[in-house]
Amino acid sequence: MSSVRQLKYSEALREAADVCLERDPKVYMLGLGVPDPIGVFGTTAGLREKHGANRVFDMPIAENAMTGIALGSCLVGMRPVMTHMRLEFSMTAMDQICNQAAKWHYMFGGQSAVPLTMRMIIGRGWGQGPQHSQSLHAWFAHIPGLKVVMPTTPYDAKGMLITAIEDNNPVVFLEHRWLYNIHGPVPEGHYTVPFTPRLANEGKDATIVSLSYATLDAIKALRELEKDGIKCDLIDLRAIAPLDDTLILESVARTGRLIVVDQGTLTAGFSAEIIARVSEKAFAHLKAPPIRVALPDCPTPTTRALSNFYYPTPGHIVAAVRKSMGLSYEEDPFTNIDPADKTMDVPDKEFTGPF
Amino acid sequence: MSADVRLKLFRDMLLVRRAEEIIRELYSEGDMRCPTHFSIGQEAVSAGVCANLEQRDYVISAHRSHAHYINKNGDLRSMFAELYGKEDGCASGKGGSMHLIDLDVNFLGCVPIVGSTIPIGVGAAFGAKLQNNDAVTAIFFGDGATESGVFHESLNFAAMHQLRVLFICENNLYSVNTPLEERQPKDRAIIDLAKSHGMPALQYDGQEVENVYISAAEMIANIRSGDGPGFLEYATYRWLEHCGPNEDLQLGYRPDGEYEYWLSRCPIHLHKELLMKEGLLSEQSYKQYITEIDTRVFDAVTFAKQSPFPARETLFRYLYADAS
Repeated sequence: MSSVRQLKYSEALREAADVCLERDPKVYMLGLGVPDPIGVFGTTAGLREKHGANRVFDMPIAENAMTGIALGSCLVGMRPVMTHMRLEFSMTAMDQICNQAAKWHYMFGGQSAVPLTMRMIIGRGWGQGPQHSQSLHAWFAHIPGLKVVMPTTPYDAKGMLITAIEDNNPVVFLEHRWLYNIHGPVPEGHYTVPFTPRLANEGKDATIVSLSYATLDAIKALRELEKDGIKCDLIDLRAIAPLDDTLILESVARTGRLIVVDQGTLTAGFSAEIIARVSEKAFAHLKAPPIRVALPDCPTPTTRALSNFYYPTPGHIVAAVRKSMGLSYEEDPFTNIDPADKTMDVPDKEFTGPF
Repeated sequence: MSADVRLKLFRDMLLVRRAEEIIRELYSEGDMRCPTHFSIGQEAVSAGVCANLEQRDYVISAHRSHAHYINKNGDLRSMFAELYGKEDGCASGKGGSMHLIDLDVNFLGCVPIVGSTIPIGVGAAFGAKLQNNDAVTAIFFGDGATESGVFHESLNFAAMHQLRVLFICENNLYSVNTPLEERQPKDRAIIDLAKSHGMPALQYDGQEVENVYISAAEMIANIRSGDGPGFLEYATYRWLEHCGPNEDLQLGYRPDGEYEYWLSRCPIHLHKELLMKEGLLSEQSYKQYITEIDTRVFDAVTFAKQSPFPARETLFRYLYADAS
């Protein structure tokens, strides 16, 4: 590991953009704050200075039109990368994303392509509250024609952003803000990572399926479980639309147990889709009912006195795996949490990688 | 204006009119199964504007788009095949009347979400600018679209970047069956919205095709030379129901005399009278035009009817574009 260069997730994203701007003159970047001194938490910093103001620029507060404008530029050959500092700002652009970008290739008989990458950042903690913290990946995955990806590691962040920008389809590229400071090995230069799930850990006792930041919680849970000799497959989905379920079905065939860890809310969430697929295609392999670990069906509260009891913890994943295995488990993993605890609404500084 | 241009404008309008009249006649057969919005009564705007555009210029439109497609020289056979849901349709049957496209003539597409194609057209112009291409993008929309937020967002951006965009508002007074006065303030003109976004905006009668042609010519020349976007509003009128081939006078939402007034201002009739008065057109040459046009339209109808339906296996085709 020491021989390979380590980068933070945010630095990996910046490098992917840099590589793509360098390689293809059709690529351009736009979004609120993209060229500003902070550069979207560092992910676009310095790109304007390097690639020019006509390739990296800011935009009016007009997400719906700007998405349409980016789409329109695709029709004449451009490859825009649009950034939303919080996913929620993209919600004013649902017409352009869902009615237009997602369907344009299909509804016009394959004549025009929309190589539009839409980066969206999912917030959490420090009082992000109801409108700065939603992980609405399941929404986007429900719209045929969109690709929806959510890398967890710095390696995947760079490789998948390059894949997204080089893809000829609209890609919703979801980045969890709490991943920005984790680090891991990231090769220099150009490489791509496919939009398919990866096996992040191997174990015979249960299959844990997770995505994005939830994968970090799952890795913590794995460490706890291993203390008791429990070993699990961990599948980091990476791409949820289109979903390649091969790895999941193979894993469940081996383990017979399925726990899906989602960072979205429970009802009609993406965890349900995973369980439905396994139930339809691998029901005979299941030794126990599948379990969802997801956010409760309520908006994100701002005060940590409530948000500390809102986000599932690694303890919830441990409890779910043990329950699935018929072992004793903690009924309420929140039991000993202090409402005033300040460590739960910021990323864990002791757990930053390498991943 | 040359006699050739004046006659071309007439034929361009007549082609749209006859194509749509023939669609009206055939629609009741029940084989063109898609919501269809007719342009009958509004042909002068489309013909007058499009006659000023070059093939490399872009056009994008909305739900009432047949006229724009035809006048941008979109392929007639592909259009009719699309209306019939056939494999040879311009969108392989996946779009229908509300999703016409012909990239051979840079007709970028049209969609029925009101206002939606305004930013997409601006984006085409923006992309053209990024590529140092001086093509003009003409965006057709109705009065209703000017009420949408995305309209203002788009004008703001087009003006800021001084894009080569012509915004064309066909004000036909109604959004579905809702009159303008129930949707917009009485003493505020639509062109004032565009002016406040910092672009020239002019309002004209939209029934006299030569006036449309001349007004559009001047603005398009300015836009192409790099003066920034421009906005034209044309007063016009929809004769038929909002969607479908029928008249709808029985609904009673049009004030007394309004329909008759606009019928008397039929763009084809007005231009025909003018051309005949000036000796450029005779009843005989008019009939000759009709014959030629009808031959073209019925050829397209025959082509469409004979075209196969798309195969079941194509259901998922074009869900995603191939990897680059």
